[in-house]
Amino acid sequence: MRGNFSTITKMVSAGVVAAGLSVSVPARAADDTIKVGILHSLSGTMAISETTLKDAMLMLIDEQNAKGGLLGKKLEAVVVDPASNWPLFAEKARELISKDKVAAVFGCWTSVSRKSVLPVFSELDNILFYPVQYEGEESERNVFYTGAAPNQQAIPAVDYLMSEDGGSVKRWVLEGTDYVYPRTTNKILEAYLKAKGVAAEDIMVNYTPFGFSDWQTEVSAIKKFGSAGKKTAVVSTVNGDANVPFYKELGNQGIKAEDIPVMAFSVGEEELAGLDTAPLVGHLAAWNYFQSVDTPENEKFIADWHKFIKSDKRTTNDPMEAHYVGFNMWVKAVEKAGTTDPDKVIDAVIGVSVPNLTGGYSTMMPNHHITKPVLIGEIQADGQFETVSQTPGLVMGDEWSDYLADSKDLISDWRAPLSCGNFNVATGKCGGKGTN
Amino acid sequence: MIFIRAIGLTLLLLLGMLLPSNAAEADLRAIIAKFATASNFSAIEAVVHELAATGDRAVERPLAALAEGRLYVRKTDSLVFVGQDGGGGIELLDPLSGEKSGAAAKGDIAKVKVNNTLRRAIRDALGTLTLGAKDPAARIAAAATMFKTPDATNIEPLDAAIANETVASVKALLEQARAASVLVSDRPEADKLAAIALIGARGDRDALSLLTSVEANSEGTVKDGATAAMAKINSTLALWDAGQNIWYGISLGSVLLLAAIGLAITFGVMGVINMAHGEMVMLGAYTTFVVQEVIRSSFPGLFDWSLVIALPLAFLVAAFVGLVIERGVIRFLYGRPLETLLATWGVSLILQQAVRTIFGPTNQEVGNPSWMSGSFDIGQLAVTWNRLWILVFSLCVFAVLLYVMKRTPWGLQMRAVTANRRMAASMGIRTPWVDALTFALGSGIAGIAGVALSQVDNVSPNLGRGYIIDSFMVVVFGGVGNLWGTLVGAFSLGIVNKFLEPYAGAVLGKIVVLVLIILFIQKRPRGLFALKGRAVEA
Repeated sequence: MRGNFSTITKMVSAGVVAAGLSVSVPARAADDTIKVGILHSLSGTMAISETTLKDAMLMLIDEQNAKGGLLGKKLEAVVVDPASNWPLFAEKARELISKDKVAAVFGCWTSVSRKSVLPVFSELDNILFYPVQYEGEESERNVFYTGAAPNQQAIPAVDYLMSEDGGSVKRWVLEGTDYVYPRTTNKILEAYLKAKGVAAEDIMVNYTPFGFSDWQTEVSAIKKFGSAGKKTAVVSTVNGDANVPFYKELGNQGIKAEDIPVMAFSVGEEELAGLDTAPLVGHLAAWNYFQSVDTPENEKFIADWHKFIKSDKRTTNDPMEAHYVGFNMWVKAVEKAGTTDPDKVIDAVIGVSVPNLTGGYSTMMPNHHITKPVLIGEIQADGQFETVSQTPGLVMGDEWSDYLADSKDLISDWRAPLSCGNFNVATGKCGGKGTN
Repeated sequence: MIFIRAIGLTLLLLLGMLLPSNAAEADLRAIIAKFATASNFSAIEAVVHELAATGDRAVERPLAALAEGRLYVRKTDSLVFVGQDGGGGIELLDPLSGEKSGAAAKGDIAKVKVNNTLRRAIRDALGTLTLGAKDPAARIAAAATMFKTPDATNIEPLDAAIANETVASVKALLEQARAASVLVSDRPEADKLAAIALIGARGDRDALSLLTSVEANSEGTVKDGATAAMAKINSTLALWDAGQNIWYGISLGSVLLLAAIGLAITFGVMGVINMAHGEMVMLGAYTTFVVQEVIRSSFPGLFDWSLVIALPLAFLVAAFVGLVIERGVIRFLYGRPLETLLATWGVSLILQQAVRTIFGPTNQEVGNPSWMSGSFDIGQLAVTWNRLWILVFSLCVFAVLLYVMKRTPWGLQMRAVTANRRMAASMGIRTPWVDALTFALGSGIAGIAGVALSQVDNVSPNLGRGYIIDSFMVVVFGGVGNLWGTLVGAFSLGIVNKFLEPYAGAVLGKIVVLVLIILFIQKRPRGLFALKGRAVEA
């Protein structure tokens, strides 16, 4: 028997290694394909959110191939699994670019994973389309940000809560998970609220660890803060997994949306899928897309998605729409440039305009961010959102926040002759510094 | 059937005669029809106020439906209906009488949109309307809304309601609502001071909230009175806060106990560093999900029993997987902690990925049965039902496990193998068999912990990850190999954590607890309750 267990250990450790290995689709030798890299975690903590994006990308690539491919060639998806492991993201990105020779990469979710692949993309000069709302304070030549910058989500959300329709909120709880996105967003929001005349004692900031599950103290602190005779709202940057227990506790402690609404930036249809939303009706979320948006484009997208994933229950969400927009922009830019050469595509994609799913057109701006409408939705009993407010026009992504002292003088413009992601208008030099 | 229907119709006719004159009803209908043309929220709100201003109880139905998002406009003729789900489409009801008036497909009707501001406006409007309702609960709700939204015009209807009120508890609430309204009116100072005394005696957060705004908007003796009442409320609330922290701590402790108690067997008693323990918890939670899915689709009436049904199944599933892991991997690795750690960690990854492949990576919805939803108040302390049941459940599991360990032959064998394996073997105990069953027991317990944890946490493949560190912390702190140690360890960690959290924040609180444990282990390496056994010898 002694001999056996070393084999078994080997098998088990092989399993461990396999879980972290890539699942690349076998590469075809010929030059008649264009390879597209998909860099989303399929295992580990972030698999819950990122697996859906991988599937959405596969669907988009399938559809493009059905339409005849790109430049007369077929597209081929190369899927790798960075396993929610930030350094592995950089390794897998390098593998995609150097070994698989992909033309562009669609991927990353957390800011830390994006930060870890940045040096790889600039060193090997490739393109990353990043589909998730983020904290801003960044603009890289090789990255295109198709998710929302803070001014395309956080600021309009707070504006809505301050408006009469939103309940004229006077007191604010900024509740977040303890990592870079909530911290930077809350810093921007705090500065913004103070600029709007909110007193410091009317703002409470609180952070909880990743995957936090015991919200009793936090929720009762919110209740306490909310009973000071002023209309109170919670702005939540709580990350995916911790949201379900947070909302369950809100429901159980009887915090109603009419009294203390919670405005969330990281809760979408996907997160609500694990929840009974009946006690949560009226709590809010700010996104650039909701599954409930009533447009023919969206209807087709949802039908295609259900067909592709073979389930009517799976929801669509905002980062999926961002990939839809980003992928179509890339396709259009490649067609415009007549090549997949990243340098040419990076120049060609600026100014490209494609339909989004909310009935308008999104355009890639010179700062590598796109124009988007901002929607505020209320949670409904069926787990969907109903839009209660929408910005009249499209909002252009502002990478360097105007409300932070470090970044208010910075702009980004990747067109020649400026070609700079952090140009300081005060000093007239390229190379300013943001907050992170 | 026909007979009953005939009676129903007669009753309906009689009711129709009792209703106010047709002219009033026509007026109401005219107002309700305006919902069809109201294009934005402020226009809808204006219609709500107009309806409320009629003071007619008949507007309750359309207003309540609007608040629930069930008020629809038929696209073809712009008529307004209350909708309810039925068959494939939506059943349409008359907004005033509630009679059925046909059905419509979802595409043929448009929902009258509602947002938080509107819901609040409706709640306030309904509050005044339901003041004279027959149901005491409705009157209590009315008093509560009127307390939160004081208005000088409320005083007269409240006076009338107080005079008619027969239930003492409702009367007290109505008087408090009246006092709140007096404070915002231009009544004389003496009235206001009496009102402050009444509200001060209420002593909860709503009272504090009201007094804060009174204090800010008044002067002289009223302001002083409000300040004094607030100080008094604050001092009682501070006491309640301490009580609340203890309760939260006990509740967190019960979750920790549940998560750790299975590990107290596999790690504590057997000495196996089982990194796949969290995944056993996850399997239990997924079993609950599957049970609920089956119940939802086939036996909806049994939903409140879903957890009870899931308990034995979760135990069996997790125990079986535990048995397979013990026979397949762990038994080759006894006495080699490092390899055990790596191998079980690998197993945990395999289990996670397997569940991810079968059920998908997203959260699964596990519902709370009705007896586990909501909360009740003890004084100023809100106790949520699910937390209370989890506490009770964790103590039951602990008691049963203690009984099994101390009072059954199997428990005796387990303890014997732990204390001295060779001696136990020479006494005729089949030690490998006891090992396997002990590991299965620990895993099964983790599985039923998963049933309980599915009620407070999300059911995703990562569920176990969140509990593994905490579980080890509890077992090591409590003393490896001792169930009582796990109990005391779980509750003391829970309470310390919850006392630190309000001051240090959740992140720092956790760090402080970890540092305290490290210091404690330095002082007492064997934890709170040390025990001799195989784990100690190894």
